[in-house]
Amino acid sequence: MATGLGSFTVTCQCRTVSTGGRRAQASGAGRHGLERIESCRRGGQTAESEHAGQGTTLSESRAVAAAKRLPVLKTHKVYVDGKFPRSESGRFDRALAPDGTPLANVCRCSRKDVRDAVTAARAAQAGWAARTAYNRGQILYRIAEMLEGRSAQFEALLAAGNATPDEAAAEVQAATDRLVHYAGWTDKYGQVFSSVNPVASSHFNFSILEPTGVVGVLAPESPLLGLVSATAPAIAGGNTTVVLVTGSQPLPAVTFGEVLNSSDVPGGVVNILTGRREEMLAPLAAHRDVDALVLCTADPDVARSAEIEAVHNLKRVAVRPHEDWTNVQSPYEIADLQEVKTTWHPIGS
Amino acid sequence: MEPHPRTAHGALRGASFESPSIDAVGVEERVARLCSRSIKKEAKLQALHLTLSMIDLTTLEGADSEGKVRQLCAKALQLHAALPDLPHVAAVCVYPALVGVAKRALEGSGIHVASVATSFPAGQAPLEIKLLEVKRAVEAGADEVDMVISRGRFLAGDYACTADEIASVKEACGDAHLKVILETGELGALDAIRRASDLAMRSGADFIKTSTGKIKPAATMPVVLVMLEAIRDHYLRTGRRIGMKPAGGIGAAKDAIRHLVMVRETLGQDWLDPDLYRFGASSLANDVLRQIVKQRSGIYQSFDDFSM
Amino acid sequence: MTSSTSAVGTAAPRLRLGGDDGWRYAPAPESTDHVELRDRYGLFIDGEFTDAADGRTFETANPATEKKIADVALASDVDVDAAVAAARRAYDEVWSKLAPQERGKYVYRIARVLQERSRELAITESLDGGKPIRESRDVDIPLAAAHFFYYAGWADKVDYAFPGRGARPLGVAGQVIPWNFPLLMAAWKIAPALAAGNTVVLKPAETTPLTALKLAEIIRDAGVPPGVVNIVTGAGETGASVVQHDDVDKVAFTGSTEVGKLIRRALAGSGKHYTLELGGKAANLVFEDAAVDQAVEGIVNGIFFNQGHVCCAGSRLLVQESVADEVISKLKDRMETLIVGDPLDKNTDIGAINSRAQLDRIEEYLEIGEEEGAVPFRTSCPVPERGYWCRPTLFLRASQSHRVVQEEIFGPVLAVQTFRTVDEGIAMANNTPYGLSGGVWSDKGAKAFRVTSRIRAGVLWANTYNKFDPTAPFGGYKESGIGREGGLSGLHAYLQPEEAA
Repeated sequence: MATGLGSFTVTCQCRTVSTGGRRAQASGAGRHGLERIESCRRGGQTAESEHAGQGTTLSESRAVAAAKRLPVLKTHKVYVDGKFPRSESGRFDRALAPDGTPLANVCRCSRKDVRDAVTAARAAQAGWAARTAYNRGQILYRIAEMLEGRSAQFEALLAAGNATPDEAAAEVQAATDRLVHYAGWTDKYGQVFSSVNPVASSHFNFSILEPTGVVGVLAPESPLLGLVSATAPAIAGGNTTVVLVTGSQPLPAVTFGEVLNSSDVPGGVVNILTGRREEMLAPLAAHRDVDALVLCTADPDVARSAEIEAVHNLKRVAVRPHEDWTNVQSPYEIADLQEVKTTWHPIGS
Repeated sequence: MEPHPRTAHGALRGASFESPSIDAVGVEERVARLCSRSIKKEAKLQALHLTLSMIDLTTLEGADSEGKVRQLCAKALQLHAALPDLPHVAAVCVYPALVGVAKRALEGSGIHVASVATSFPAGQAPLEIKLLEVKRAVEAGADEVDMVISRGRFLAGDYACTADEIASVKEACGDAHLKVILETGELGALDAIRRASDLAMRSGADFIKTSTGKIKPAATMPVVLVMLEAIRDHYLRTGRRIGMKPAGGIGAAKDAIRHLVMVRETLGQDWLDPDLYRFGASSLANDVLRQIVKQRSGIYQSFDDFSM
Repeated sequence: MTSSTSAVGTAAPRLRLGGDDGWRYAPAPESTDHVELRDRYGLFIDGEFTDAADGRTFETANPATEKKIADVALASDVDVDAAVAAARRAYDEVWSKLAPQERGKYVYRIARVLQERSRELAITESLDGGKPIRESRDVDIPLAAAHFFYYAGWADKVDYAFPGRGARPLGVAGQVIPWNFPLLMAAWKIAPALAAGNTVVLKPAETTPLTALKLAEIIRDAGVPPGVVNIVTGAGETGASVVQHDDVDKVAFTGSTEVGKLIRRALAGSGKHYTLELGGKAANLVFEDAAVDQAVEGIVNGIFFNQGHVCCAGSRLLVQESVADEVISKLKDRMETLIVGDPLDKNTDIGAINSRAQLDRIEEYLEIGEEEGAVPFRTSCPVPERGYWCRPTLFLRASQSHRVVQEEIFGPVLAVQTFRTVDEGIAMANNTPYGLSGGVWSDKGAKAFRVTSRIRAGVLWANTYNKFDPTAPFGGYKESGIGREGGLSGLHAYLQPEEAA
């Protein structure tokens, strides 16, 4: 896996290949698909034109070319509606190693990408909420299985960031265990938080939790454990999510999309966008078809401005300022993204 | 007699389908709300007079004798000597064997004689005997016949049998008016009471009546409300006004007034009339008299101030 | 007796339900002689009644007569500061240090005195707000007492509120309540706050301050330490200064979605706790297998309870097409028996509209509905000459695109629509930014469960409507609010789990 992180320049080749792939895929996809292809093309051109100024990466490329076998590098795309599109904008940002070395291009998503992701999340929400709690639990457990199976890949991604190998391994394990933890909650939090209310009339009265709906997540800087800790309770509770990855290490999140995609998670349940917070957060926070926000930020100004945008449709807002996500795990994380519904039925004949 | 043919399932379904379902908790709530009406002053006095005019003064004891019936009729003719301007009760209700006595005692008064019949109160006799009993009561002068339905048959789902029996009794009544007693305390659920009401009205009842007075609970407010709603729906569908008679358990004037409120707000003013509403009661009249005297004098009265 | 069996007449059968002929109910006014109302009411701050610092007052009037009842102190920022400071002191020095069970016993005392003074409070509520005495007597006051009684018992049990965690109070709660259930809303706010160990600054609505001020007397007479509950009267500005006060830790607001959003915006980034109970436009769905008469009663309770001044009112009737004619016809008949008039008359079903402003708003919607093409039906019942009145009204043939379907009218006005299938009914019910409540009428249990679980709202009534209980959480989805009041959820709203501190 480390080979995939070594060089950047070859991304151009991947892009070309991939664009071709998109074209083939889009032949039956209608106008929308074609627009995306054009965007990708523009993106490709932009990337290539910028390469001209990047002597180091090019020289690395020559070094790689001299090696026995040319490694196949990965294009990092976003994860929306169970697919891996590029940003409709065709723009990219560079993921950098701590020393400033470029690691890869990642999509710099636009407000339209946010819109599309919300559409996907909304479309998936009723069906996801209608899954049995047992089934949601199995799917979350399946995510853990997949993550465990790809732990080496994630350790490498984290190590390419600023983690020591031990820290990277610990984070992957913690994230995996966190998924197992929430997998176990899906059919239990309702039992902890629901109630039969002893009303003073001849009615059977009960309060249960129902998912709030579509949850926007501003993912934390913590590249894997924080991401998982913020997202898993939302989907465990039957919500669907649009996750904005805006930190300095987007690659684990992008790769986590691949884990999700191979884990029986229905398309649209988790949508992962990479890009810049200042571009994506406001449209997501203001979007009237998003029901809740999880703001993983310690910056009060960021939280405040998102909260103000959230007033448009009175989103539920949970602010999660943690830097260390080691212990951020409880059914209250699920309950914060639930609505309490109270139902009355007469008892009579 | 011939056994009644078992009702086919289709007919059974048909009978139950046409009766709407009833939610008991909702009925209780509606009744509670109707009971919160506050009837004061002239409205109360009017209601008390109306109640008197709707009473079927009743004696239905094994020990009933000619003397007992004559005494009851005398009371019907003169409810309270001190208040000669009172309306008279609607009817005197007795067993068939005593119809003649009552008829002679009430001659010319305008007070009807009602007779229970059809093997009251259980109704567990062959149809031909029930019909004969009805005919004898009418021949003896009964203006009104209070029959009981065969609850056993009804609860067993023999709706056609129940309906046929009512139709036969109606025919046997001739000109006499037929009140059909559902004995609601034995029917178990408001849904069944509604169904029995609909069935009785479709089969020729002039009145539907809650109870024999021998079974508790009898004329509870929820039961009466459901029957009133059945009468209302029958009227709106057919244009035919069926009467209502709660019987059993209404001993206080306050309860009677609550019934009138319920009638007023369910069936409207047209049913506030002895031709369409009756109280089957033995002790109600004196409580109403007590209240009337109290309304007029301002002084609370003793039962000993009123004749039995 | 012949009339009863006369043949079918030529005219269509019609019930004589409303109108003046026949047996009518005589006026039955509740006697008011034992109710003491003062000409002038002060603010309740730190256990004492005081004038506003700048001496300003406003009038509260009886909407049934338009006559002034009393002058009430108008609290400014200075007074709100004093109230919050008193609440803070009481929290720091007394209330947070009290043994939990002792705290609970104070709340029990309040419940008991409310019960003792229930008749006086019911009459005051009807005089000041226009609601029928039948409702203030049978609903508002008993439920208010029940709320205090329920939450009193939580005071020494808050450690059980969050499984796996301890709990602690938030501090000072700033609370703003509306005019539709003045004392009951005060109870919903104050009871859980005190039981959980918070102190309170409450701002009642400007048209209905009197029962809250009587509650202040009760709280004082119950021996509750000064400053634990403070009541500041005034209008929107006073409320704004309560909810925006820097030293308030928790904001609880019940009122319009519009104002709720302003408050939410003001709270952004503050880290303060908040609960918002806002507007609604609830659908009341009647299916073809419903128990029709009980459904009709539920429709009436749903929209005409408290003149329709109810955030969770069933203001949209959705009736399945196959039974629409029958349901609407029976509904009209039932409406004819509703009595509009003197709120103090025990037979009044629909009292006075709370204020001139609210009546204007309702009347504007009556015009809008007609302009939009909905067909109005209004009952024939007489209304008094003076005062603010609105006869019960239906808008038949209303459409989803009509404003009378989309917007909260907050009056006795019901928009009537039809639907064909279960899914269509659910879709119409959910086609609104609101999500407070909903009603479902069906005799089929499985269907009732399905529909109640598909409607996106916080309170669902199946085969009943407008039921409330202190043990039952109440609050909205979507733009109908955030958070719950009532039950354990309502206690959560005034606590924080230990680890989160």
